Amino acid sequence: MDGAHDMGGAKGFGPVVPEPNEPVFHADWERRAFALTVAMARPGGWNIDMSRFARENRPPEDYLSKSYFELWLAGLETLMIERGLVTREEVEAGKVLSPPKPGVKPIAPNEVTPAIRRGGPTEREAKAPAMFAIGDTVRMKNIHPVTHTRLPQYVRGHLGTIELNRGCHVFPDTNSLGQGEDPQWLYTVRFDGPELWGKDGDPTLSVSVDAWESYLERA
Amino acid sequence: MSDHDHDHHGHHHHHDHSELSETELRVRALESILTEKGYVDPAALDLLIDLYEKKIGPRNGVRVVAKAWSDPAYHERLMKDATAAIAELDYSGRQGEHMVVVENTPEQHNMVVCTLCSCYPHPVLGLPPVWYKSAPYRSRAVSDPRGVLKDFGVTLPDTTKIRVWDSTAEIRYLVLPMRPAGTEGWSAEQLAELVTRDSMIGTGLPKQPGEAA
Repeated sequence: MDGAHDMGGAKGFGPVVPEPNEPVFHADWERRAFALTVAMARPGGWNIDMSRFARENRPPEDYLSKSYFELWLAGLETLMIERGLVTREEVEAGKVLSPPKPGVKPIAPNEVTPAIRRGGPTEREAKAPAMFAIGDTVRMKNIHPVTHTRLPQYVRGHLGTIELNRGCHVFPDTNSLGQGEDPQWLYTVRFDGPELWGKDGDPTLSVSVDAWESYLERA
Repeated sequence: MSDHDHDHHGHHHHHDHSELSETELRVRALESILTEKGYVDPAALDLLIDLYEKKIGPRNGVRVVAKAWSDPAYHERLMKDATAAIAELDYSGRQGEHMVVVENTPEQHNMVVCTLCSCYPHPVLGLPPVWYKSAPYRSRAVSDPRGVLKDFGVTLPDTTKIRVWDSTAEIRYLVLPMRPAGTEGWSAEQLAELVTRDSMIGTGLPKQPGEAA
């Protein structure tokens, strides 16, 4: 979706402000919100693309006024409410008002390290040959789905060069909707600064995105 | 939330309310709900937090870079298959399943961003800093990287090309900075002192030999 999360090239946000000796978390609730989100993914039965969409799918003023872990918390609440794990009333009241959803098994302490060490690889076996070769010029499709996509607005419609083929990967646009992994070839596509930002674009700049095959058309 | 307040030493109610933010209370209550419903085990949450605060952090990436600087065969393996080479040092998993290392040269400087959210190579760098997830960085890294570098106090020669990698998929990028001059014959341990987190994101440069702590 064309939401506030899609920030590449936006203006007016001011300078980047690095924080010397930054702690991993800035408050205890950030620790717990982070851990709850990571620990609920498997019992909750959602994937990474669903959780990204749950965080970004909100009005721009809401997205931009929440801190990072506030967005995580809001996303977690949405995912759980959607699946009937908790009700909106329970979240607002801060207490249990209905029985638990049956068959939900928590992550046990001894499963934590192995699960993190394993992660969730997204590369899958290819079912068809790649349509594009390294060095091909491609145009990024001008698409505006209302659902989750990983094609940023600032590259849509622009010409780029296929620089690398990263293998076949789970396609977020369908995976976020629970419509299956639909693995597609993933390419690193490189753009020149002036192609993206016009004649005043930095000529020494090139930018790349990692783009699934269905985001691309032959130029 | 009102129940939670009641549990919390009665007459200091209003005082507590100002100390504990609404978000703090909301997260505590949510954890209680999920624990009571049997969806989470608080001991598992403690372990997760401990992992990300103590084990998974930029110190890991520092080891990777220092080894690449001091061991040519490792450098070659790292550039060919970063995921496998990083796993040799026992770093792997969540948000680092598909690693790629991009190497700075006198001709090209690399910088990594995630304009859409906060994708970052956790096994080697830990959780991202606030600025990496912030709107200023996500908006400007792809359009004005030299301006961003200036915010970090870094100026590159005008002739150096800048390559920005927007992490829009599950490929995670680690920048291999240039080994500082004057470090000939240094051990991996000595070199590690020069590697900063920001130099592995591309918003900073390694320390120079005199600067190491």
